[in-house]
Amino acid sequence: MTLPLMEHTIDLGSASVRELNAALHKVGPDVNQRLWRVLNPGGRHSVAAGVDAALTIEIDGHVGYYCAGMNKLAKVIVNGNAGVGVAENMMSGIVHVKGDASQAAGATAQGGLLIVDGNASARCGISMKGVDIVVKGGIGHMSAFMAQSGSLTVLGDAGEALGDSIYEARLFVRGSVASLGADCIEKELRDEHKAMLFARLKAAGLNGAVDVSDFKRYGSARQLYHFHVDNAGAY
Amino acid sequence: MCGIVGLFIKDRKLEPDLGAMLVTMLEVMSDRGPDSAGFAVYGEGRPDRLKLSLRAPAGTDFDALAAALRAAVGNDIGHVVRDTHVIIDIPAGTEAAVRAALAAGHPGIAVVGAGTRMEIFKEVGLPGDVARRFALSTMTGSHGIGHTRMATESAVTTNGAHPFSTGPDQCLVHNGSLSNHNAVRRVLIREGLRFETQNDSEVAAGFLTHRLAKGEALGDALTSTLDTLDGFFTFVVGTESGFGVLRDPIACKPAVMAETESYVAFGSEYRALADLPGIANARVFEPEPATVYFWERAA
Repeated sequence: MTLPLMEHTIDLGSASVRELNAALHKVGPDVNQRLWRVLNPGGRHSVAAGVDAALTIEIDGHVGYYCAGMNKLAKVIVNGNAGVGVAENMMSGIVHVKGDASQAAGATAQGGLLIVDGNASARCGISMKGVDIVVKGGIGHMSAFMAQSGSLTVLGDAGEALGDSIYEARLFVRGSVASLGADCIEKELRDEHKAMLFARLKAAGLNGAVDVSDFKRYGSARQLYHFHVDNAGAY
Repeated sequence: MCGIVGLFIKDRKLEPDLGAMLVTMLEVMSDRGPDSAGFAVYGEGRPDRLKLSLRAPAGTDFDALAAALRAAVGNDIGHVVRDTHVIIDIPAGTEAAVRAALAAGHPGIAVVGAGTRMEIFKEVGLPGDVARRFALSTMTGSHGIGHTRMATESAVTTNGAHPFSTGPDQCLVHNGSLSNHNAVRRVLIREGLRFETQNDSEVAAGFLTHRLAKGEALGDALTSTLDTLDGFFTFVVGTESGFGVLRDPIACKPAVMAETESYVAFGSEYRALADLPGIANARVFEPEPATVYFWERAA
């Protein structure tokens, strides 16, 4: 049975983040309030963190740190900028930031999709473990540091030391890359990667809007997997 | 951790609201730094006058202090008391004489800043309480910076509170920690600078003062900190006519800025800016690492 989509509004001008998150955590499969609107976030931290339900949560304004952290199943839309660590350790679902994201966007996230319409700053996707991140603007330095799995797609430019000490994540950048980090190299963009990239862009609402051939692919040279004394300086 | 804020007014109609706007910014940053707070405000000034910001022990008789200074230096000295601080307004050429009179007769009183337009206030306590004690909400001016402190590198004392001022109309607030401040302090002392505290942030302020005294523009002086100071920092600085921001190359400490046609505002977090007028339509952005941002007021 499909439940009717009913809207529920919480105003952080009067309610606390703790009340909001407690209400979101209580939502079970039999509750038909599946669309939540959050007003006046005012840069508060941990808005809509730890949600484990297939809800749509739309936040009208800028949020502070760790918005939608640990998200599972929910679609969280931020109509503004996000502070440090948006969608940190996300497991599944979608987090869509309509403005810019600050540092460590999508850090350690294990699944799901993070979309940033603006720029993300330093350490985007640090230690990412399976998430797909699409940034329509640029990203800052040390992005995808120690990235382990998943993909990072950037339509703009990337800052210094992209993919430093990367394990296995796939990085696609359309603009310039200031520098590559230790053990990160440019790799051939084969048809299978173009197909993958197309799917990521489509999921981010960019179906056909961007030519996948414009991107370069970066990934691990796999020279630092096992300690070798000749590489000591690169660690 | 620490919280830092700054506000530079572009539309002079907003100048009467400077203090009130800074209060909301400081108070919101309490949970980044609850042990002490301070702020500098750039208000009206006259080129032939100098303001000395003095901090005195509780119970000091400020009227008697002002009378003593008048007796020692001359009658043309005004004073305005705000809680533990007093702003002494003196003829520009008498600074050395006033400082000498203070040092000789009032050793418990600290000069926390001097300048044509700058006034500095700082105390131990919750930021909201500190702002109320000094009646920050009533202050007017073109720009101001503020700090809420979580002590890491030195003791919880008023001496350790920011802003630090080491030159005329210059002040600095810092979020972060410098790892080579002792070495830099030794070099600066050899160059003739004096430091009042063991605080790392005072060294950063002194370094800028030293460079400015050598004739560098503020932008260049800020850039040169990137080569000399080691550690984590976000600096917000004030000068007689300007307001600058700089983050270290790693950008370890958070920063967010908002610019409208009426003002430029800085906060450690967006929450500090959330109550400013017109913020919904402001350009909100994160300052880039190792990049100097600077705004100046027309003379």
